[in-house]
Amino acid sequence: MRSIVLTKGVPDFSEGAVSFDEDGHLERGKTPTVMNPNDHFALRAALQTRVRHGGHVSGMSMGPPSYSSVLEEAMGEIYSDDSYLLSDRELAASDTWATAITLSAAIEKYQEEVTDVDLVFAGFKTADGETGHTGPQTAWCLEWPIVTHVIALDIDPDERVLRAKRLVEGDVDEIETVEAPLPCFVVTDPEFEPTYRKAAHRLEHKRLRAATEERVEDFDDHLTTWDHEDLRLDSEYIGLDGSPTIVSSVDPIPKAPSEREATMIDPGDSGGMEQVLEELQPYAGGD
Amino acid sequence: MSETRTDGGSEDYEHYEAVVVGCGPGGAAAAARLAEHGIETLVLERGVEAGSKNVSGGLIYAEDSAPYTIDDLFPDFREEAAERPVTDYHIHNIDGRQVTTYDLTDLHEHDTDWCDAVLRRTMDSWLEQRVHEKTSETGGGVLTGVRVNGLLRENGEIVGVTCDELDPIRADYIVAADGVNSELARAADLMDWDEPDEWFQGVKAVVDMDADVINDRFSIEEGEGVAHLFSGDLFEDVRGGGFLYTNEDTLSIGTVFHLDSLVAEEAEPHELLDALLTHPLLAQWFDGEYNELEYSAKLVPDSKKVAHREPYADNLVLVGDAGGQMQAQGPIIKGMNHAVTAGALAADAYALTRGNADPEAAGRRYTTMLEQSGTMGKLRPRRYELTSTVGEHDLVTKAVEGVLNSPVGSIAVGNPIAKRLLPKAYNSPFLVGMLPDTSMAYTTLPSLIGEKHGRTVHWENEIEPPSLEERIGDLTYNTDVGNPHILLQDESFEASGAAVYACPVSAEDFGGGCYRAETVKTNGSEEKLVSLDTQPCVECGTCAIVADTEWTHPRGEKGVEYKQG
Ligand SMILES: Cc1cc2nc3c(=O)[nH]c(=O)nc-3n(C[C@H](O)[C@H](O)[C@H](O)COP(=O)(O)OP(=O)(O)OC[C@H]3O[C@@H](n4cnc5c(N)ncnc54)[C@H](O)[C@@H]3O)c2cc1C
Ligand code: SF4
Repeated sequence: MRSIVLTKGVPDFSEGAVSFDEDGHLERGKTPTVMNPNDHFALRAALQTRVRHGGHVSGMSMGPPSYSSVLEEAMGEIYSDDSYLLSDRELAASDTWATAITLSAAIEKYQEEVTDVDLVFAGFKTADGETGHTGPQTAWCLEWPIVTHVIALDIDPDERVLRAKRLVEGDVDEIETVEAPLPCFVVTDPEFEPTYRKAAHRLEHKRLRAATEERVEDFDDHLTTWDHEDLRLDSEYIGLDGSPTIVSSVDPIPKAPSEREATMIDPGDSGGMEQVLEELQPYAGGD
Repeated sequence: MSETRTDGGSEDYEHYEAVVVGCGPGGAAAAARLAEHGIETLVLERGVEAGSKNVSGGLIYAEDSAPYTIDDLFPDFREEAAERPVTDYHIHNIDGRQVTTYDLTDLHEHDTDWCDAVLRRTMDSWLEQRVHEKTSETGGGVLTGVRVNGLLRENGEIVGVTCDELDPIRADYIVAADGVNSELARAADLMDWDEPDEWFQGVKAVVDMDADVINDRFSIEEGEGVAHLFSGDLFEDVRGGGFLYTNEDTLSIGTVFHLDSLVAEEAEPHELLDALLTHPLLAQWFDGEYNELEYSAKLVPDSKKVAHREPYADNLVLVGDAGGQMQAQGPIIKGMNHAVTAGALAADAYALTRGNADPEAAGRRYTTMLEQSGTMGKLRPRRYELTSTVGEHDLVTKAVEGVLNSPVGSIAVGNPIAKRLLPKAYNSPFLVGMLPDTSMAYTTLPSLIGEKHGRTVHWENEIEPPSLEERIGDLTYNTDVGNPHILLQDESFEASGAAVYACPVSAEDFGGGCYRAETVKTNGSEEKLVSLDTQPCVECGTCAIVADTEWTHPRGEKGVEYKQG
């Protein structure tokens, strides 16, 4: 199986990592980039596929050069063989639509120049954008089937189909089993749990981990960067110009104003405490 | 996910030529040797890493007479995985503050090429790496975090293993090197856990001490190490003894007791360890400081009684503690070296019979090799067999004990000639091998020697060992919540009460241990019942024997994780 894993960098929102300017705005430049938390689950599905069926896995990300750190993290985690970074000033400020166009162009270029692809994996929503659009839009551009909310995955390489369990959220959670032909786009759910019930799979996992430890050391040798010209993309369709989404404005979420008045009482003051008890009496009930 | 279990037909299951269960010294040796024969070998180990479940005293011996030693199979072993070599060996006979010390170097060096102290986490995890490298070359490898929970059978015959974490695996050859509480040996009906007198229980503390301080306090140089053994009246009437070995920058201090004696005396293992730690004799080495890194415990089989003479069934063989191959040569404990020998022989036996249609061919060959290499003779000394079968053993012991206890006897031991003879006798492998398992050998004689020839120890030992609660608190556990690995079958005190004392992490009047006793009132009558909480369990195996339980190991990676061992 040959797969591409799409992963994205997001500001590190963990304690102490985030930088704000004087006005309380996020300083992206100063805030370190980490892998989008949900992508970790997508990666597990790609790793499971790689372990069970062998083949090749590439990590792919679109973003500033600093995102290579995310691809490096991905390599450590899913033992990807190589990484592709789509990076270019012209690509900056892309919305999900322009991102999908860029990603699909890159996947097509990859198919032409590197190898055929059976599966593309993506995580569920990003921690900063929260739209969940990029995956489906990219699949649409590629004209591939897409399976989302995947919690378990099995692939039949001979029949060239995948069977997946999807978590369908409604009033009650339902699990749906679907089948799709390859190549296919897979969006994994955070509930995805890889299973390795064969010794051979676990040994392969261990072998891949050891091989990756060495590869990660020379990460840059396994990184390819493509800009919009490499992808033969017209700048009209990408970046800010190619982004039809208009964010009309970003409002800070106002703090709910308190409507009640507060009286401060010193618990040491017996008169004050008496007052508290009096106030509470109507709510005490049973009296 | 696509794997379907069809009824009875196991063609779908994975297959390895050899499966080795356990990656202690026995399993490591077997696997390394199998791989050297070009055999595809899969090793399954339940710990997060090999060594994380293991405890030994531990001095590993390389015997001159052994067909295989650990450095034959793993050439860098001593430099990479061992602590200090033992260059000095003493036994202390204790009677209160009176101590007589004998140099036991002669006994220790008998048939010994070298002997190093080891800590099992370091040692076994190092072995695991080497074994994985070797077995990977022939299409296998080591998998940790996998607990084998039974045997796969087809038409009643053993054809593979079943695991908690993996689908069943078929194998042409199965090496059970799963230690003293071998679930596989039991599943194959080769061993049982019935009689307390067939086992010892070992309890140990690893104590932090700078390398320089060790050199200074034990008067040794870098690259040298000492072993001290302790016997006499400091453990009251419980039969067994204590040990202290120097590691690189820690000390291993522990006790090994006959399990039946622990039960009979209702002794608390942790208190016996404390009796050793707080004895005035040890004050010279602690200098008032005591920093315990780890408390641990494990059962030890007594090969004289349980070493299986034909340790195989179908294509399964038992290696090391799993087959009861742990030799107590008087005060010297030899388990790891025999596990290594047996593991390597089991591998050779399979290589020699490979392709033979009879599944028991390898097992039979292995049995012959254990005999011919002299290994079985060490594990089950003929002298012991002869005396014990005629029942003379007890008689002799009783007689000797009677004499020793009499005024005449104690005068005899106190005799100036005895003063010269006794150290010689102690250093005789022959005589020491004859020492019967009674309090005569462990208590009466040593304390008499201490009393008659001893010097008084004037040091004050002021250290305070941690409480049981603190010891448990310092251990690392990965608890399998809601899935206890030991089930109490009979909760009456008669059936299972012994575990309240004998369990090394339980004690009477201690609510934080595994076993507790409580008095329950029912319809006017009172009943003493036992309850079990496996959370603090260190998986020593004691309660499998002394209580009525359904005993298994926890699932892979679950339970206690030793950092030292
Ligand atoms: C306190 C104490 C002091 C000792 N002192 C000495 C000494 O000084 N010198 C000496 O030579 N010996 C000593 N011994 C004995 C020695 O530790 C053993 O004889 C030796 O470890 C036996 O090796 P083994 O390979 O057979 O088993 P072990 O070392 O017990 O290894 C068994 C392995 O199998 C694994 N395992 C168990 N069950 C399963 C399962 N179901 N599935 C998968 N894996 C499993 C375990 O995790 C473990 O890694 C001492 C023992 C104790 C307790
Ligand atoms: S519960 Fe049993 S196996 Fe666990 S530590 Fe206590 S005696 Fe040992």
